[in-house]
Amino acid sequence: MTFSLQPRVVYRLFAALLLALSFQLATGPAFAVKPDEMLEDPKLEARARDISEGLRCLVCQNQSIDDSDAPLARDLRILVRERLSKGDTDQRVKSFLVDRYGEFVLLKPTFSSKNLLLWAFGPLVLILGVMAIFLFYRRNRMIAQKAEVEGKNHLSEAEQERLNAILSDDEKA
Amino acid sequence: MIIELGHFMLVLALALALIQSVVPIWGAQTNDSRLMAIASPIAIMQFLFVGLAFAALTHAYVTSDFSVQNVWENSHSTMPLLYKFTSVWGNHEGSMLLWVFILVIFSALVGAFGLNLPPKLKANTLAVQGWITAAFLLFVLLTSNPFHRIANAPIEGRDLNPILQDIGLAIHPPLLYLGYVGFSIAFSFSIAALLEGRIDAAWARWVRPWVLVAWGLLTLGIAMGSYWAYYELGWGGYWFWDPVENASFMPWLSGTALLHSAIVMEKRGALKVWTILLSILTFSLSLLGTFLVRSGVLTSVHAFATDPSRGVFILILLVAFIGGGLSLFAWRAPMLKQGGVFSPISREGSLVLNNLFLSAATAAVLVGTLYPLALEATTGAKISVGAPFFNATFGPMMVPLLIAVPVGPLLAWKRGDLFAAMQRLFIALGAAIFVTVLCYALINGGSALAPLGIGLAVWVMVGALAEMQLRIGLFKLPLGKSFSRLIGLPRTVFGAALGHFGLGMTLLGLIVASAYQTEDILVMKPGDQTSISGYTFQLDGFREHAEFNYVDLIGSFQVTKDGQQVAELHPAKRVYTSRNMPTTETAIHTIGGVTQLYLSLGDAQENNGIGVRIYYKPWVTFIWLGCVVMFIGGCFSISDRRLRIGAPARKGRAKQAAGTA
Repeated sequence: MTFSLQPRVVYRLFAALLLALSFQLATGPAFAVKPDEMLEDPKLEARARDISEGLRCLVCQNQSIDDSDAPLARDLRILVRERLSKGDTDQRVKSFLVDRYGEFVLLKPTFSSKNLLLWAFGPLVLILGVMAIFLFYRRNRMIAQKAEVEGKNHLSEAEQERLNAILSDDEKA
Repeated sequence: MIIELGHFMLVLALALALIQSVVPIWGAQTNDSRLMAIASPIAIMQFLFVGLAFAALTHAYVTSDFSVQNVWENSHSTMPLLYKFTSVWGNHEGSMLLWVFILVIFSALVGAFGLNLPPKLKANTLAVQGWITAAFLLFVLLTSNPFHRIANAPIEGRDLNPILQDIGLAIHPPLLYLGYVGFSIAFSFSIAALLEGRIDAAWARWVRPWVLVAWGLLTLGIAMGSYWAYYELGWGGYWFWDPVENASFMPWLSGTALLHSAIVMEKRGALKVWTILLSILTFSLSLLGTFLVRSGVLTSVHAFATDPSRGVFILILLVAFIGGGLSLFAWRAPMLKQGGVFSPISREGSLVLNNLFLSAATAAVLVGTLYPLALEATTGAKISVGAPFFNATFGPMMVPLLIAVPVGPLLAWKRGDLFAAMQRLFIALGAAIFVTVLCYALINGGSALAPLGIGLAVWVMVGALAEMQLRIGLFKLPLGKSFSRLIGLPRTVFGAALGHFGLGMTLLGLIVASAYQTEDILVMKPGDQTSISGYTFQLDGFREHAEFNYVDLIGSFQVTKDGQQVAELHPAKRVYTSRNMPTTETAIHTIGGVTQLYLSLGDAQENNGIGVRIYYKPWVTFIWLGCVVMFIGGCFSISDRRLRIGAPARKGRAKQAAGTA
């Protein structure tokens, strides 16, 4: 899917801006991944970045650990990199974190039964919409056919009058 | 004194709103034209009173009257004048006042310019606006009053949140509110039509300009917010599927659907019931957004539960308006007469398809926004729904829609010829395939799907111009004749072409910028160099610079390409002294109007080093330029003669519609 939007803007600006509730919400903008955390091996680092983008900074609002400057996010980033350096697969790193922090840490919810409605709702609306449109067209066709049938059998009052007039003219002639 | 007057004005406005809620509707029921006629002057008076209240609060901000609690909490005497103005709505109370102010502006506009609306429709519409105004004025007065005084006035204010001290705050919230509150007019017209039990194609023509205005401003508002986040935050990101963003995106999606279904209703008298439902839903989503953002429910379900006064109030309003609207719809809609039969392959059919995908996409965004809240409230389980979810559910629904965009306008009303439409799009198809192949051949790296996405964007952009090309007979008639035909085209044709073209531009920007951006994160010392995508960045040094309310640490970078100087960039790390809060001032250089070099500073490191983030973002400006083009398209459509003369007499309308259909 090519319509992938960059997910890396941070919650805070909008929180501050639209919520504009309290100043505490918006501490300064930050500088997420810091140079000293990064791994030497670019491939491993790329994997770490990839995983980080899907992990939520637990103390922030809907912000990935890749974006957040919170100390906890930094700890998690370092943790992810440690596990990767020890040879864990991406999946194992993630399940390690889920075991520790619960599903809350994943920005992409699992396909579990409690999330069924979440994943199914959009497609469900699409399917129901298709069905509704199908019924709409069927009724549409029926109306059109009915109108055609009526059109053949019945004339409007004006038409009937005209017809009568023509017929009576014929009779006169 | 002025503050108390402002407060009083707001109470008076509430009293007027209550009268407006009842009397015109009573007049419409009893056919009393005198009672109906008071709706317009009352709407205009309300605008005046709320405007004066707003002016009173603004006055307190400009004169730094810290005896007003709201001013004390959100302003500072040393702030530049512009930010004193903008901080009026940079907080909860003030922004709710702005919300109501914009609502009464729209009511007053209907009152003042809806001269040729049928009196009953106008009276009912303004009465419904009166309900909304009264409800939100009550909300402001009871739970979010910006006019509270403090007994012993502090000497200095607590300053505006530094992130908000930006020109973005002057533009983004008002535009956004103009968009989302603007949809209230479509809602009110719908409720009025349901109350009256009659609706026809003329109704759609009266509503369409208002939908266009709201939609255009919302488009611009969202784009502006996205660009603000992009330059202010220092990450180079522009959209992240946050609940607050979704709150503004959902009304945009369903508003876009409404814009299109209203065309069908105006031109062909079909989809009436659906259009009514969609206008109710669109404003409901605006209200839902207001609830999400204003109640604090997003911060935490628990925080909402412990201090629920505001949240519960808006929730009640939400239930009353959405529930009431939908109940009225369920009761009255079956009585509305359906009209206009069409086959699936037709202009109407393509617009139905547009509505299908936009509605399903809205549903996906809605469930992703609300599900975590609902799950936590009911089971206590906490999950996160972030960008990966939306990319997986929203994205796939957009692809078929985007493929269909150029085809729709080329189909005839009632019964179209898909094959003929595709033949007319062969230039667009050729261009799309050519560009896709070219991308695969020339570009190494990046996402494997990106060239297909680019092809899709080219298809949408070139295809958007196909209807115009066809109608002016370009390449078929002599150029001069084509040109004179071009001038004679209805402006709505330009509007549609620009709207779709802008959509393609935004898509192109999103794909190219996310697939081919490069970045570098590193520690630099003065004299250090680094290169990305052929551009060399050299840090010359840094210096400190103090203003009255902040201190900057400014880095000086020379950017060169092939030994030629490209730019000198000065990103800064800024600390606001009154709150001791750091912000990032990014430096952005735009190349050729499309590609941006984006530079932001991190923390100072040992040994005179500093963290630096550099991005090369190809074609990124297309994302926002596309939105501007969509907005301009909207302006063209509004300026179309048929809409400008606004409400045609019901008799004359049929003839005109026949002429343009």
